[in-house]
Amino acid sequence: MTTPRNKRREAFLLGNEAVVEGALAAGCSFYAGYPITPSTEIMECMAKRLPHVPDGVFIQMEDEIASMGAIIGGSLAGRKVMTATSGPGFSLMQEQIGYAAMTETPLVLVNVMRGGASTGLPTSPGQGDVQQARWGAHGDHPIIVLSATDVPECVEMAVTAFNFAEKYRTPVILLLDEITAHTREKISLPEPGDFEIVSRLTPTMPPEWYKPFEETMRGVPPMPPIGSGYRFHVTGLTHDAQGFPTSRPEEVRALTERQFRKIDRFFEDIQLVEHVETADAEVVVIAYGCVARSARLAVRQAREAGVRAGLLVLKTLYPFPRRHVEPLLRSTRLAVVPELNMGQLSREVKRVNEGHTTVRTINRIDGQIITPSQILKEIA
Amino acid sequence: MAEITQLIHHYLRHNKKFPLVFCPGCGHGIVLGSLVRSVHALGLAKDNVVIVAGIGCSGRIAAYVDFNTVHTTHGRALTVATGIKMANPKLTVIAVMGDGDAFSIGGNHLIHAARRNIGVTALVLNNFIYGMTGGQCSSTTPEGAYSHTSPMGQLESAFDIVELTRAAGAAGVSRGTVFHVKELDALLTDALTRPGFNLVEALTPCFTQYGRGNGFKSAVEMFRWLKNSCLPLERYAKLEDPGGKIPIGSFVRRDVPGLETRYAAMCQGLRAKKGGAA
Ligand SMILES: Cc1ncc(C[n+]2csc(CCOP(=O)(O)OP(=O)(O)O)c2C)c(N)n1
Ligand code: SF4
Repeated sequence: MTTPRNKRREAFLLGNEAVVEGALAAGCSFYAGYPITPSTEIMECMAKRLPHVPDGVFIQMEDEIASMGAIIGGSLAGRKVMTATSGPGFSLMQEQIGYAAMTETPLVLVNVMRGGASTGLPTSPGQGDVQQARWGAHGDHPIIVLSATDVPECVEMAVTAFNFAEKYRTPVILLLDEITAHTREKISLPEPGDFEIVSRLTPTMPPEWYKPFEETMRGVPPMPPIGSGYRFHVTGLTHDAQGFPTSRPEEVRALTERQFRKIDRFFEDIQLVEHVETADAEVVVIAYGCVARSARLAVRQAREAGVRAGLLVLKTLYPFPRRHVEPLLRSTRLAVVPELNMGQLSREVKRVNEGHTTVRTINRIDGQIITPSQILKEIA
Repeated sequence: MAEITQLIHHYLRHNKKFPLVFCPGCGHGIVLGSLVRSVHALGLAKDNVVIVAGIGCSGRIAAYVDFNTVHTTHGRALTVATGIKMANPKLTVIAVMGDGDAFSIGGNHLIHAARRNIGVTALVLNNFIYGMTGGQCSSTTPEGAYSHTSPMGQLESAFDIVELTRAAGAAGVSRGTVFHVKELDALLTDALTRPGFNLVEALTPCFTQYGRGNGFKSAVEMFRWLKNSCLPLERYAKLEDPGGKIPIGSFVRRDVPGLETRYAAMCQGLRAKKGGAA
């Protein structure tokens, strides 16, 4: 049962600390990582908390590649696992993200974006990893990318990330920005029952009947922990339903198609957005992360000034929530996409726009935030 | 004979994955045999054994054995093995890697696995070359040896796997060869029973990619070379002039608990303290 409101434990937390609260509420019991600003508080907090969680494991690895390897191992052994990083570390993790997608290993990867390319601006916000999150790993594979705008949402989206990872047997990337990660806000700590918690399906059939990569009703095969009596082969090579390498065209196609289908079929479940006064909007702002907070105020001010403005906050960035974006592009005369990069999400908006409306971008890459007035200027 | 057949049926995924991908005369199949015999000798349950392999000819070993098998990315086997061992310390986790896998691309992970003393057995198949990609030099290619990327002879010096792993702090380090099979079985069996990080280097000939280009006439000649140049550590130590001879045997045996054990003890300590305070 949920704790009554007045008995709730409250805390004044950073976005990064809130991610940890969400992860632990979702059942995370395994963290491996390598420190990097501005994600480090996630790791430090996990180092303190996990030894107190039953069977909890925290390990600092030698680099981000190793961190990904360790959580993949932890996940194969049946744990709910997480790592966190920022841009340079995220780049190092790409090969293993592809491995996790290919082997359908659930995991959560938090990337707190910093500004700039390379080591860039370690303590300034940026949103420059949006396309890397989608396309950073080589080869065709689906991916789920989420984001959060404030501290309470960090809790919620961390839980959602674990639920999606487990439900769809896939890596899930939670993209935050430095502002969201380093803003301190009051939240009520998650209590059991606050969130629906999903765990991966494990097989019920006898081991000799089990096929680890078989087509199922949902497209997501059950996954037993290593050591539980179901012995099978896991490989990053393209494999058949039994898990053994194959290059037979029909098996290759079947695997890739199923991996896409298991995500495609559940767009409605996965593509999360928040509508703010979009019903009658003639101008819509499409934003995510800390920029969505500025946009919220800008839209309110525009309304006060008599402009019918609305805001679509994207909580899911990929699979791109076209089903929410497209109708707005059809019903408004202007869409504004403010971002802390040179235009990474606006590419997606333009892709689905197909001439319906005018798309204007606001791009800031100097390590500073996009202010409400900057957005207001474009919409009012 | 019947017993061997039974063993084959018990441990190998014979109906699925044979014949082996290895070239005729490759030593990797012998290491595979040694691995199976060691597990059998110790009476380990198949469900509790995990083989984590890297990429390379050596990495393909994983597909043939009926254990829990994970074929990871090039160089990263030890990272995944570490995750599995930390998540479930009851499992016997064996990382099977090539020399390129373990000491070139995965060198950082190897020294840290040794330093960390994670309870994983590392089985390194050292053929002095990159087999799978067609014969480029690796970090164990001897100076002067030829490969496709050292066509004028290797200028860089080779890692001594035993010395490097010892210096990094491993609990156990040994070296065997696929010619000295009984000894290799013994070294591997020993490594599998010991706590902490234990590495077994197995010298294994690759005639296709290394031998042919370096003056060996056949795979058999490479086995003969192993026979003549490798000698037990005790005898090696007595040589006045080692002159290119290679010592084999057990080099390091330290009894220190693995990281997973120390971590569990720390957690237990925390719980006891909390319980005591309440
Ligand atoms: C990141 C990455 N780089 C390079 C490769 C290509 N590659 C595959 S196997 C291999 C070398 C294998 O040599 P070794 O590890 O010594 O094993 P062997 O084949 O000799 O048993 C390389 C470089 C790869 N798969 N992944
Ligand atoms: S290339 Fe060398 S290591 Fe690979 S299978 Fe052939 S002989 Fe063995």
